[in-house]
Amino acid sequence: MKYLANVTSLKFFSDTCTGCGRCVEVCPHAVFIIVNGKKAAISDKDRCMECGACVRNCAFGAITVNAGVGCAAAIINGMITGGEPSCGCGDTQNACC
Amino acid sequence: MKIISCCSPQHKEISDNLPCCPKQEMPERELVPSIVSKVSAEWTWRDYLGQIRCRISSFRNSYAVKPGFYAVGSPDRESDIFVSANYKLSFDILRRALKGLNAWLLVLDTKGINVWCAAGKGTFGTEELIKRIVESRLEKVVNHRRIIAPQLGAPCIAAYIVQQKTGFRISYGPVDAWDIRQYLEAGYKATEDMRRVKFTVWDRLVLTPMEMIPALKIYAIYAALMFFIMGLKPSGIIFKDGLADGLPFFILGFLAVLSGALITPLLLPFIPFRSFAIKGWLVGSMVILIAIKYISPAMPVAAFSLLFFPLASSYIALQFTGSTVFTSMSGVKKELRYAMPVYISVAFISIVLLVFFKLNQWGIL
Repeated sequence: MKYLANVTSLKFFSDTCTGCGRCVEVCPHAVFIIVNGKKAAISDKDRCMECGACVRNCAFGAITVNAGVGCAAAIINGMITGGEPSCGCGDTQNACC
Repeated sequence: MKIISCCSPQHKEISDNLPCCPKQEMPERELVPSIVSKVSAEWTWRDYLGQIRCRISSFRNSYAVKPGFYAVGSPDRESDIFVSANYKLSFDILRRALKGLNAWLLVLDTKGINVWCAAGKGTFGTEELIKRIVESRLEKVVNHRRIIAPQLGAPCIAAYIVQQKTGFRISYGPVDAWDIRQYLEAGYKATEDMRRVKFTVWDRLVLTPMEMIPALKIYAIYAALMFFIMGLKPSGIIFKDGLADGLPFFILGFLAVLSGALITPLLLPFIPFRSFAIKGWLVGSMVILIAIKYISPAMPVAAFSLLFFPLASSYIALQFTGSTVFTSMSGVKKELRYAMPVYISVAFISIVLLVFFKLNQWGIL
């Protein structure tokens, strides 16, 4: 199952990539692959759900994404309150992300 | 806060010469941190009941276990350490998957939220994990420096920072706790399949009650309102008319809820287009068209129904993005940019149509 095409904010910079493979390990949608055992590469951008796991775990800053929840209720909530999209449950204070 | 243990493997060379790392073996009991709770891998009927209640009500918002350090089986200094959230269902699924194994469980305080959502919110995060590692004195409990964190916790856990600060190296376990045994047997390696989040028809089905129930609450208000509007006569509210004229609206409204909250989620991959708003609208249109054929309401009601109910279904289906495992924020924002103006205008037109319908009925127009 894939969501809308060409919308993800995922960006990958191969110059800083060391090929450690953490992105492949954490991505729940197999967006990344390691090419020739050297460097990571994006295999299918449209599978990205912008969870941010790859960015958080890349020690070399080779990936950026505008991470957030893909949830209509949360985004509408954010539009109304003027803040960040939030599901309105749980404590978001002192959050690291 | 720099808490690299001098006993960590990376510092092995220097640690042998450091006074802080005596080559002692203290009695086992003293090495164990002060608070370890033993927990069974078996589920009781209470655990099963709790799981069901979580799937159908807001009970899940208060279903939590105490954060801290737990033992499953009889773990020792070589046993693996697993990390989990303090949402009881997450905790239960993990401990059940560890049946027959001896393992340590480090439960983070995620305010009773599951791993993936808590990682999105930041409570299942680097800081909290480091804090729990330090508080549980893990470096004194085990000889190794490995931690197995759930893969879905990765959005907020920076493994390299945890390693820098505590010396513990994080391996991300499989997405599904059921695969843990296979993951361990393969030498802490998950297959590509284990790394991917699945969204089977069963996964979608268990999520639908939490789509249906909130939608039905709004439906109840809607039905009461339609009863009132349809029964409203210049002479007062006529109960009989409220029921008779309201009936098509009650039925079609319920079908719209069913289309958006149950049929669309269940048939998700088979409905054309990737947009949830369009999927929901398509299903809603089909269902309402068929229903109108059977109910054959008056022309103005039919026109109103074809406009309003498919879009109600579309709106409800769009809410399902919050329960899926593959929708992105950028994507949902894009959908909303197009869909919201349509929803708002159609809601407005629907109200105007209803007013005309009533005025016409009263013979004012």
